[in-house]
Amino acid sequence: MAPTISKQDVAHVARLARLALSEEELELYTTQLASVLGHARDIEALDIADVPPTAHPFPLSNVLREDEPRPCLDRDEVLAAAPEVESARFRIPRILSEAP
Amino acid sequence: MSGSPSGSGEGPAALSGLTSLSARAIAAGVRSGELSAAAVLEEHLARVERWEQQVHAFNLVTADAARARAAQVDAAVAAGEDPGLLAGVPVALKDLLCTRGVPTTCSSRILAGWCPPYDATVVKKMAAAGAIVIGKANMDEFAMGSSTEHSATGPTHNPHDLSRVPGGSSGGSAAAVAAGFSALALGSDTGGSIRQPAALCGVVGVKPTYGLVSRYGLVAFASSLDQIGPFARSVADAALALDVISGHDERDSTSLPGEHPSVASRLGRGAEDLRVGVIAELASAEGMAPDVSAAVTDAAEALAATGAKVEEVSVPSVRYGLSAYYMIAPAEASSNLARYDGVRYGLRRDGNDITEMYMSTRAAGFGPEVKRRIMLGTYALSAGYYDAYYGKAQKVRTLMIRDFDLAYSSFDVLLSPTSPTTAFPLGAKTADPLAMYLSDVCTIPSNLAGHPAVSIPFGAGEDGLPVGVQVLAPALGEPVMLQVAEALEAVAPRGEAR
Repeated sequence: MAPTISKQDVAHVARLARLALSEEELELYTTQLASVLGHARDIEALDIADVPPTAHPFPLSNVLREDEPRPCLDRDEVLAAAPEVESARFRIPRILSEAP
Repeated sequence: MSGSPSGSGEGPAALSGLTSLSARAIAAGVRSGELSAAAVLEEHLARVERWEQQVHAFNLVTADAARARAAQVDAAVAAGEDPGLLAGVPVALKDLLCTRGVPTTCSSRILAGWCPPYDATVVKKMAAAGAIVIGKANMDEFAMGSSTEHSATGPTHNPHDLSRVPGGSSGGSAAAVAAGFSALALGSDTGGSIRQPAALCGVVGVKPTYGLVSRYGLVAFASSLDQIGPFARSVADAALALDVISGHDERDSTSLPGEHPSVASRLGRGAEDLRVGVIAELASAEGMAPDVSAAVTDAAEALAATGAKVEEVSVPSVRYGLSAYYMIAPAEASSNLARYDGVRYGLRRDGNDITEMYMSTRAAGFGPEVKRRIMLGTYALSAGYYDAYYGKAQKVRTLMIRDFDLAYSSFDVLLSPTSPTTAFPLGAKTADPLAMYLSDVCTIPSNLAGHPAVSIPFGAGEDGLPVGVQVLAPALGEPVMLQVAEALEAVAPRGEAR
């Protein structure tokens, strides 16, 4: 039996998914996700322990090509879409914090 | 013409003149020089001008680029060249197909104004066939939804009744074709996002076999389920468009290798002696409206009257399709949408460090349905719950493929409703996500199995609005599937309310 989702669970997955949520959103999503997960419980009745999982409709294998030079996306065109650029690189906020 | 509320006389679904022509008629006229692509385009643009404010099928109308392109097509014809199978045919592109230098937003704030640096393969193929892109069609944000109400640019309205939804997520594409804004449109279908809006807007919509059409340049939702396909006002037009966009593409490693036969050339054979199975579990699925159910019964009888062998068939695991889908698709989405991080493109909201920047960017950029699905998927994949939810859902996927294989050992195609109801009022299901998800109950199984399916209009419901009937086929069964769809189209009642 899969457990019901709690508000703490929702706050945890929101953090994992890098989504800042308001208190109101937390309440709302807890109710709504519980309802969807409740519907998904109909699967629990199935005896499928021995059934292999399917991740993809058709068997996939690696697709290789010759390692030949070919044109790639234009760098300036790509960088033009970025929120912040410096010296032909994507500029991002600080990753490491100061030592405490 | 349709007898639906706005289908007769003046209304966005009442077509006339060049906007009522089929894609085949337009292409034939333009290629022979009897029609000019410019004249065809201007009439479609005039219709957009007249009705778009009420319908809101588009996030962007690319009138100037379309005029330039139409002039090129006409010049090519004048120079004795053949511009291609879709010469001068106006098409709408769902706004998740990358168009180089033209905004591609997925109806999301997080991609507002983003101009891709490359074209999707299907966009290149449409252009190479002489089609004229008229605009980028509205959709549920990142293709998550069944009503086109989850759009950052506002909802699309159903051309048959402006107070109702067009379905979704490709609602703008379906509405554009129903309203005569374009003769064809492209959409994408992850759990029914082509077929359900086609049904609700009274047009034809095809979800091809997984891998038949390249996904290169399709903004990803759930990669093992997504497939691009056409909308049209007839089966023959849909087949023509499918022939143009299908084929192996080395840029999509999941695209099927080898040559695939033309589907358009297989039409016109009728359904005589074909074995058609009516899926029992879907005919009585949760929330199935009696008028929709009756339309499927009528369709089955009409096929039998043309010589098809029609019987009921059981595909037991389709009952679990919805539950499996709403674990698998959000799981894949939570992974695919991790790329919207405010670093390389799209929206950025500032933060003191990078995690804060990610969190505020994604909170500001995504709408409520996308956040819901990302969290659902993250939860289904998270430690401790993986086996209970995602793992089980993948096993259900196996069961479904087995059940379909068994059914197709006795039948050439299967038949079901497309959507449990006709178009519902705007706002009716936005507060209850589960109620919205139930709209997809009949369309999801084909995505989980990777099989093709088509929705075609078959009369009207009690409310006078279009009803869609779905024909399903095994992998690469498009020729026989469209053959049966065309036979149904020939005997379909013309929009009289039940």
